[in-house]
Amino acid sequence: MAEAASRSSVPLIDMRNISIAFGGIRAVDDASVDLHAGEVLALLGHNGAGKSTLIKILSGAYKRDAGQIFVNGEEAVINNPRDAKKYGIETIYQTLALADNVDAAANLFLGRELMTRWNTLDDVAMEAEARKVMGRLNPRFQRFKEPVIKLSGGQRQSVAIARAILFNARILIMDEPTAALGPQETAQVGELVRQLKADGIGIFLISHDIHDVFELADRVCVMKNGQVVGTASTQDVTQDEVLGMIILGKCPPGAIPGPGALKIAA
Amino acid sequence: MSDATSATTADRAREAELGPLARFLKATELDIRMLGMLGALVLIWTVLHFLSGGLFLTPRNLWNLSVQTSSVAIMATGMVLVIVLRNIDLSVGSMEGFVGMVMGVLQAQILIRVFGFSLGEPWIWVIALGCGILTGLIIGALHGFIIAYLEVPAFIVTLGGLLIWRGAAWWVTSGQTVAPLDATFQLMGGGPMGSIGAGWSWAVAVAGCLGVAFLMLNGRSQRKRFRFPLRPVWAEVLLGGVACAAILGAVWVANSYPWPVGIVRRYAEARGVEVPEGGLFIAHGIAIPVLMAVAVGIVMTFVTNRTRFGRYVFAIGGNPEAANLAGINTRWVTMKVFMIMGVLVAISAAISSARLNAATNALGTLDELLVIAAAVIGGTSLAGGAGTIIGAMLGALLMQSLQSGMVLLGIDSPLQNIVVGAVLVIAVWLDTVYRKRV
Repeated sequence: MAEAASRSSVPLIDMRNISIAFGGIRAVDDASVDLHAGEVLALLGHNGAGKSTLIKILSGAYKRDAGQIFVNGEEAVINNPRDAKKYGIETIYQTLALADNVDAAANLFLGRELMTRWNTLDDVAMEAEARKVMGRLNPRFQRFKEPVIKLSGGQRQSVAIARAILFNARILIMDEPTAALGPQETAQVGELVRQLKADGIGIFLISHDIHDVFELADRVCVMKNGQVVGTASTQDVTQDEVLGMIILGKCPPGAIPGPGALKIAA
Repeated sequence: MSDATSATTADRAREAELGPLARFLKATELDIRMLGMLGALVLIWTVLHFLSGGLFLTPRNLWNLSVQTSSVAIMATGMVLVIVLRNIDLSVGSMEGFVGMVMGVLQAQILIRVFGFSLGEPWIWVIALGCGILTGLIIGALHGFIIAYLEVPAFIVTLGGLLIWRGAAWWVTSGQTVAPLDATFQLMGGGPMGSIGAGWSWAVAVAGCLGVAFLMLNGRSQRKRFRFPLRPVWAEVLLGGVACAAILGAVWVANSYPWPVGIVRRYAEARGVEVPEGGLFIAHGIAIPVLMAVAVGIVMTFVTNRTRFGRYVFAIGGNPEAANLAGINTRWVTMKVFMIMGVLVAISAAISSARLNAATNALGTLDELLVIAAAVIGGTSLAGGAGTIIGAMLGALLMQSLQSGMVLLGIDSPLQNIVVGAVLVIAVWLDTVYRKRV
């Protein structure tokens, strides 16, 4: 029911016919995806299927060759990461993209520092905010003064996530958010995703772990060789069928086929 | 609130396990590297003092040392930013020569012959220095633009600059030395007239101590605002006391170095003052170039620690890709860093040429290596992302101490180079060992 309601509204993000090529290789080829508020859309596919590239176009890291991006139904101009942030699009990269040599607070506010009246860095205020948001994500985190390179994988992950949610993101992109984490921390991230979803944030989830995806995602979108194989609600397809989409590009009856779907001679 | 309290209890629990030295370091939040460098400096000074038979730690030698250090120290502060950004600037020595020539020709020839200024007019030095700084800024901007926007590696761009600006320095006057320089401009080189005297030096010292006290109180009140753990009061008092003692001590040394007898006599004659029995004691006080270097150090420390720009420089050095994805305009930051480097080179050029009282096309030859060595000895990591302004300035002082110490000992200049080179390699090796252990 809720699904149907959100589907009828204007999508939060609508990427239409996106293409990008690197030196003749079409990394993303005529791909279209959409994302609604309070929805988790999982992007699946092999290494090199174009998931990360597609998402980097949305986050402004790459410039697309063709296609349009609509945010709340209005065409958006996204040419660099700053533009994307203006639209409330925040990204947690697979590599975490942290400046290793500065502390957690400096990373959280990188590019959006809090300033004092004298236009100098307000480190104390930033540390206070950092303590607040980290307290919510990872209450045991105490190493605020150390460069993030000295933190564990899980702690670094929490810093990266905290940075994304600190600025009231409306669209969150999570590229392999649990790749570096142990089971307990993975569960924590899952909990966080549910919480953010309840807050009405739209989430792109990129993952290899198909089990994870079925637990968290409302819909899956499978890519292969830069093209969209198909999109389906997780209720309408089985895990085996999704595996078939990833490996063979075979679109099951429950899914809406995309341009990359295997054309069966029939 | 609950965060802060749990943090303090956790800290206390950890503190109980630490030894007395570690506890002291934790309470004072001092950096071991910095302490190590100060220790090395004290060691070098003591050894040189005894080897030279008590000539090194005299007001006269220390005062001269401070003047000799200032030019390299100023450029080293800029080199810190360049290296933190994972770049290098090999052209600073040549730029120094070229900018020095521009300023020299301007004040000694162009302003007087073309614009009809009369000798010694007070505006001459302002115009000369201003044009010099502008020249440095433009050259720095050009380097920065080629590096950041045209993506030519900094090593190549500034290697080219090394040749280009040295050649350009020769070209300005076809190799002729320009001398003498404007009388006011010369004050930037130090000397008895280029020092501020005892009274003003004490005033500077008092202002410095008040500044230290203000910074500490301000830091405490800021941390109290958010109920963060504070440093113990004894540690604050100790640190503040040491800083103030260092400032007062340095000024005391500068004020203990009197003018030479001959200059005192001429000064007294000019003023119509009777020179009393046993001579007249007129102290040098802090030299103007040293004051300029200290001012540059303070400004650059402020820029690196307290401004957005400084934060971005370090973030880019730590992870350029992350900085870019965080929305930082990395190219523009790179260009700005090289522009700052250019301005600092111009200030250094003014000091060195004023000290020589001449602009020569050889001014600043090999300075690029001293500047890079000072920054690296001062703890700037060539891998980028780490370095401090104060460290680089201390590094410059350390190098200069070695060099002038060896001059005092009468060591031949080839051997001096061997020692300086070896010290650079050993210092960086020790730093590597230290970084691995931490």
